[in-house]
Amino acid sequence: MKIELTPQQQNAQAAFRAFVDAAIVPLANHFDREEHTPPQLIEQLAQRGYLGALLPQKSGCNGMDAITYGLLSEEIGRGCSSLRSLLTVHTMVGQALLKWGSAFQKENWIPKLASGSAIAAFALSEPNVGSDAKRVETTATLSGDAYILNGQKKWITYGQIADVFLVFAQCDREASSTATEKPSAFLVERNSPGLSIKPISGMLGVRASMLAELHLKECRIPQENLVCREGFGFSHVASTALDCGRYSVAWGCVGIAQACLEACLRYTSQRKQFGVYLKDHPLIRQLISDAIANVKAARLLCYQAGYLKDIGDPKSIMETSIAKYFASTIAAKVANDAVQIHGANGCSSEYDVQRYLRDAKIMEIIEGSTQIQQLTIAEYGYQEQSILAPPTTLSQQLVARV
Amino acid sequence: MKDAKAKIKQFLSQYFANHDLQDDDDIFAQGFINSMFAMQLVLFMEQAFQITVENEDLDIENFRTINAMTQLLEHKAAVLPGN
Repeated sequence: MKIELTPQQQNAQAAFRAFVDAAIVPLANHFDREEHTPPQLIEQLAQRGYLGALLPQKSGCNGMDAITYGLLSEEIGRGCSSLRSLLTVHTMVGQALLKWGSAFQKENWIPKLASGSAIAAFALSEPNVGSDAKRVETTATLSGDAYILNGQKKWITYGQIADVFLVFAQCDREASSTATEKPSAFLVERNSPGLSIKPISGMLGVRASMLAELHLKECRIPQENLVCREGFGFSHVASTALDCGRYSVAWGCVGIAQACLEACLRYTSQRKQFGVYLKDHPLIRQLISDAIANVKAARLLCYQAGYLKDIGDPKSIMETSIAKYFASTIAAKVANDAVQIHGANGCSSEYDVQRYLRDAKIMEIIEGSTQIQQLTIAEYGYQEQSILAPPTTLSQQLVARV
Repeated sequence: MKDAKAKIKQFLSQYFANHDLQDDDDIFAQGFINSMFAMQLVLFMEQAFQITVENEDLDIENFRTINAMTQLLEHKAAVLPGN
């Protein structure tokens, strides 16, 4: 066993870090206050190939391995969670299309998504539908050679600027309440007739992520915009995208926690109270130690998930869920402690840690809330237990004890 | 294909701990399967048998039983001898 980045991965990490320190860190509070991401910065991400991180490139290369993509998510997340969320949702749609898109969809969209000439967003959540995602209420009815979409999507990250949306709707050919509904995925272009987009502002965190509501009223899209097959939109298309999203969010959380840790190490080395630097107070050291251990543990879970993704192991799905669960939980804790260490300064917009705390809270809700992860992770534990100790053996032992 | 059936059965056994799954048992009728299962099954089939599960393979009937999954593998091997 060897947990060590390759020289290529180390070089990529150094380049990501330098870019984030120069182009993102100094401006992230401004983006947060303005609730806006400048198009020039998105252009820079595109030019560096970050938006096409996991997609085949024009050069014929295959894109980044999962670990390098994770490092990119961490570094951008360290600078600005909003920008990291652009990378996340754009990559989620790209991965879903790469796996389940038709030949035409791949040919048409993958080069645009890889170059960043088109921005993609993921449109699953609705006003009435969050965690119970396969019960989306938006409908899609086949009419001739077009699908007609009706419904509303909410909290769509970068919906204000996306060129194309991966929209989830219930396919219902007969359009009657007795027909079986089939969750399905569709590509909906921004200029589709019947689609209107309404910006959302005033969120707690990830405030520069340009959220939007999508209103689909008799929105007509070509039949060939169905992604995968009717009925497989949630189980396969959304699942592929969400797994990719959880992975990026997990790494992004490591980035938030790392940023908090670095801010605390700086601050406690510069500020004195009771005649000594904060870092020399034992209770501060306890908080710093917890942050160091938690950041390292979260990063190791992310490495584990990335390694399993790179070898195509089915365990990668649940190990990614565990990484997201743990990393989002510790990001919120480390950010909370960082604000505590910074005191009143930490509550001020002059310091970054207040933004980290607000952003970290969002991470416990998106891409499967903490509680949804807890349901599936516990179940995974029982499944693993059943392999290690078959139930017959276990029950015999219990009987023997009685 | 006997090996394939054994491999599939071993993979599925973690989800059906209290049931001795038979080759023709309907796995979707056996109880709760969570939202992660579909993609885990796709990744398992791809990794264990070096195939790519594609859109046209996504018929629920291809995944309903161990026998059906084995038939899917046979079909894919026949279509693409390299698989």
